[in-house]
Amino acid sequence: MKEKMEAVAEQKIAIDLYKNGQNRKVMEPLFRWTSLVFAGLIVLSLAAMILVMVVESWPSITTFGIRFIWDTAWNPVTLEFGALPYIYGTVVSSIIAILVATPISIGCALFLTEMAPSWIRAPIGFLIELLAAIPSILFGLWGLFVFMPFVREYIQVPLNQFFGFIPLFAGEPRGLGMLSAGLLLAIMIIPIITALARDVISAVPSLQKEGALALGATKWEVMRKVILPYSRVGILGAVMLGLGRALGETMAVIMIIGNRPEINLSLLEPGQSMAGVIATQFNESIHSLHVSALIEIGLLLFLVTFLLNVIARFLIWKVSGGKNGVRVVQ
Amino acid sequence: MAKDMLVQDLKAWYGTQQILKNINLKIEKNSVTAIIGPSGCGKSTFIRCLNRMHEVTPGARVEGKVWFDGINLYDPDVDPVQIRKRVGMVFQKPNPFPTMSIFENVAAGLRLNGFKDKKRIPEIVERSLRMAALWDEVKDRLHESGMSLSGGQQQRLCIARSLAVEPEILLMDEPASALDPIATGHIEELIVELKDKVTIAIVTHNMQQAARIADYTAFFLHGELVEYNQTEKIFTSPDDKRTEDYLSGRFG
Repeated sequence: MKEKMEAVAEQKIAIDLYKNGQNRKVMEPLFRWTSLVFAGLIVLSLAAMILVMVVESWPSITTFGIRFIWDTAWNPVTLEFGALPYIYGTVVSSIIAILVATPISIGCALFLTEMAPSWIRAPIGFLIELLAAIPSILFGLWGLFVFMPFVREYIQVPLNQFFGFIPLFAGEPRGLGMLSAGLLLAIMIIPIITALARDVISAVPSLQKEGALALGATKWEVMRKVILPYSRVGILGAVMLGLGRALGETMAVIMIIGNRPEINLSLLEPGQSMAGVIATQFNESIHSLHVSALIEIGLLLFLVTFLLNVIARFLIWKVSGGKNGVRVVQ
Repeated sequence: MAKDMLVQDLKAWYGTQQILKNINLKIEKNSVTAIIGPSGCGKSTFIRCLNRMHEVTPGARVEGKVWFDGINLYDPDVDPVQIRKRVGMVFQKPNPFPTMSIFENVAAGLRLNGFKDKKRIPEIVERSLRMAALWDEVKDRLHESGMSLSGGQQQRLCIARSLAVEPEILLMDEPASALDPIATGHIEELIVELKDKVTIAIVTHNMQQAARIADYTAFFLHGELVEYNQTEKIFTSPDDKRTEDYLSGRFG
């Protein structure tokens, strides 16, 4: 009886092996080629996008040359176009956002993974993800009607009063402007950074944490000396994704940044972002050179994001040890 | 200075499941005490109760008393962080801190405890690495990552890391289970050498290992301490039938 069962089992395995062999001949190449096509599509669409942008912005590129990047004039009537105020607006508002959002997000992620009682983790985590799903136009409206007056009264006025001698906070606190835009962007990217950082932090092996605890580390020391160093690469990646969203954010910024293409050292003054100028002027641009200049701004925005991503990749490569594997601290 | 430890009516739970039932035993100073038993008998939980590491796991709970240096570790006024500075622990898998160098790994405990005399740190690091029989292998690459070492070396690095803060008791939770026989041999020799300086309690699933290195052996089964005696006595003429069955390979 036992021998018979073994014989049956053997036979069954033989049939399965045979079937697998057939499958591999057809399915594996099929799967390989389909996945290759999908992967190729990504590269192709990226190339196509760059190509179209270059072609469409060619009149502007040839007219203004490299000085388009640092010229500050933007006059659709006299057809003078320079992108610097927009680059400045995008970069500065995004930097404010990152500087404000990063510590808050990391703190939030640490609280959720390491300190919060377990019953509170799931609901708060869910709310944070919900916050990430709010359409940006709603953030813009809320920013304009609720957040902006708040920033003016409780942040800008005191900043101006006590630190007005620093050029960054000089000028008149009017609400609309770079600081409000940066802070609103911060609120918008906190959920993304928090959610990703939380996943990264919860992936730190408990053996690592217990290793530090066993040496007499407090909870705070475990977080600072073990959890954060262990997860820094992932956290940096999370911050970069947040930065990506801040750079490209259009509607919410338009509603609160003030939309004046100026370069002011003061964060209380209005500005204008790259995505913002494209969205606000594209429909009304009549002259082909104006359209072309707007598309060149789009191309530049793409370049700025690309550059920041390269820098981020480099940083990640650097902290994860560069050529020599894991980095050594001493 | 090695110390002894007296465990009194120790009970431990994970959630509603009781892992340890009324454990009483004394860990003698300057000796190696092995905790043996089949998987799931509570031996790891037991050792994790001795430096209050068990309670770190959510839902874990402990009752009873553990006397150490005249103090009950489970006294509500006792700070577990302070206990862990004096009762060290080595884990099942080597867990050096991957972002720190070999040197920094060993110095980590000193830095955590706010060790003031900065100039003495290199000296202590060297002494700890020598005690862990690792110094000769790493002295020329102290500033490389701890992860660049082999598994056995990593585990000795973790032992050096524990020794650097001069614990009075060292708890080891199957410290050689992830290592090959040669590395295991190194660790075993090391343990025997170390008992002059520190009391050692070691959990092992390897009975031969217990027989080789331990002065005392405790046999755990289903959360109970079945038998505790000098290793020789346990292995040659155990009092309890279950101990004999386990040691002769009839279960577990």
